Amino acid sequence: MKRTTLRLAAAAGLLAGLATGAMAQDKKNVTIGVSIPAATHGWTGGVVYHAQEAAKQLEKTYPGLKVVVKTSPDGASQANALDDLTAQKIDALVVLPFNSDELTDPVRAVKKRGTFITVVDRGLKDASIQDIYVAGNNPEFGRVAGKYMADNLKSGNVVVFRGIPTVIDEERVVNFEKALEGSGVKVIDKQYANWNRDDAFRVMQDYLSKHPKIDAVWASDDDMALGVLEAIRQGKREDIKFVLGGAGMKDMVKRVMDGDKMIPADVSYPPAMIATAMNVTAAQFFTDAPMRGTYVLNAQLITKDNAKEHYFPNSPF
Amino acid sequence: MTETALRSTSQPRRFSLDMRALSPFIALIVLMIAGALINPDFLTASNLLNVVTRSAFIAIIAVGATFVISGGGLDLSVGSMAALIAGAMILILNRAGGADASTLLLGMGAALVLGALCGLANGLIVTFGRIEPFIVTLGTMGIFRSLVIWLAAGGTITLRNADLRELYRPAYFGTVAGIPVPILVFLAAAAIGAILLYKTSFGRHVIAIGSNEDVARYSGVPIWRVRTLTYVIQGICVAIAVLVYVPRLGSATPTTGLLWELQAITAVVVGGTALRGGIGRIWGTVAGAVILELVANIMVLSNFVSEFLVGAVQGAIIIIAMLVQRSLQRGR
Repeated sequence: MKRTTLRLAAAAGLLAGLATGAMAQDKKNVTIGVSIPAATHGWTGGVVYHAQEAAKQLEKTYPGLKVVVKTSPDGASQANALDDLTAQKIDALVVLPFNSDELTDPVRAVKKRGTFITVVDRGLKDASIQDIYVAGNNPEFGRVAGKYMADNLKSGNVVVFRGIPTVIDEERVVNFEKALEGSGVKVIDKQYANWNRDDAFRVMQDYLSKHPKIDAVWASDDDMALGVLEAIRQGKREDIKFVLGGAGMKDMVKRVMDGDKMIPADVSYPPAMIATAMNVTAAQFFTDAPMRGTYVLNAQLITKDNAKEHYFPNSPF
Repeated sequence: MTETALRSTSQPRRFSLDMRALSPFIALIVLMIAGALINPDFLTASNLLNVVTRSAFIAIIAVGATFVISGGGLDLSVGSMAALIAGAMILILNRAGGADASTLLLGMGAALVLGALCGLANGLIVTFGRIEPFIVTLGTMGIFRSLVIWLAAGGTITLRNADLRELYRPAYFGTVAGIPVPILVFLAAAAIGAILLYKTSFGRHVIAIGSNEDVARYSGVPIWRVRTLTYVIQGICVAIAVLVYVPRLGSATPTTGLLWELQAITAVVVGGTALRGGIGRIWGTVAGAVILELVANIMVLSNFVSEFLVGAVQGAIIIIAMLVQRSLQRGR
């Protein structure tokens, strides 16, 4: 993730250098407003952390840049926060909307004042509002996990944990199964466990009673993976070779880094995508490179080799 | 059936009462047979022990809910309360630091006190504020839930000391004479609950208030005190459930205990306690909690229910179980 950001910024710098020869380093005053949800669960907690870190970093990199980060507990207060931000005369807005329906019009109103708009993760209903769109890749998230299973297991039985019935979950699971097609790996069971540790523990206990031989578990989420591990430990089962989670929670990345046999890898869906969006937005003002467009971040496979880049010990997530 | 006319009048009545109290257990046996037919792995000792152990949280909370409901009240805040107590307890354990039994006892004591206080708050607002318990506990449900989100800063509250976790772990995973500790805890909670409800004047007062508050008041039952105490008992039961919940995963999240209140109420009603108050059945409640967990277990073990339809089949089984119970009672 971090690497993607750096690469984007580096590429931007290089392009700008080529285009103009001498980059415009004259004093420029730019204010970027960042509007994100407050930390109501682990992943958004990570978003808040990375937004604040990126703000500090960017202000150091680009003298004259001011970044204002505002968190809101729900959609209505996020709309109010947008008003507050525009009152501070922002040049650009980076927004991770609570939901598409409620916030499309408030963001459109900000756009009408001539503000540059960057939308993150959850898209608005009207895509013409945004200048830049940065998002994670859910189909890829499933595909990377499925490919890892197919490559490392070759053949065997896999049980699958689904999240909450949503489009995100469906995209992930469908592509996971597609990636397994033609390999010897078979999905023998699928159940919803609501991205919840307790539910995952319960379902895993039942899987263990039901299936005498399970080779690997796709928990599809790090929270669920923690519940799964506890159930396996209690059941004292030796047949399960590994558990594959997802999202990149620091505790799990740490286990990958430490070479835990049960957690050999993880798949990223980084809350740090907010930092990517802020970097690209800042580059729009301080470099001459074209920045407008859609950035889809790869769901990266986190292994022992690259776990360091995904480990943020100070992040709450 | 012509014989009944010859018998003394008290006998058939006692028999029908027994039938009512027995019906949740009959439903339980029917479900077990169904489970065994669906998947032979169902009847293995390890699976059944898993299921009964898992039902411990809801069973313990539902023992408290039996008091509140049979006394004509309702408590919707138990799930959020459980999350709050779990979060606070883990934070206290983290702060205290040491990995010894005294730290653990401090945390457990704090959890019990906090549970009793949460229950006392519910009880006092219901009785002295004269507000419908549905509204009061809906309010405290929101308050407790936000407090735990605030304590966790939106993330997870985790028991950090690994040694302390290992020390505490047997409280969920340990066994005494082959029986998992949580099962022993909920049997003990139910036994104490049964003695309180059936053998003490307090228990009779609870039932009296639940069946007719005015009559109870004219008979000199201290309504406010008894009613407030039922909520305190509920709070303590939630705390006891938390004591066996925390060692399982060693963490509390903003989603801990979500919808536990509905499961507890369902267990109480499936167990034969009247939702309008006046009838309380502790052992039926325990059977109800096990039934709920069994239904979920059978769903995962069955091969023919799509994961999209699990909720629908679960709902149908609970309704059918209730209908069977009713027809058993009428048939006598």
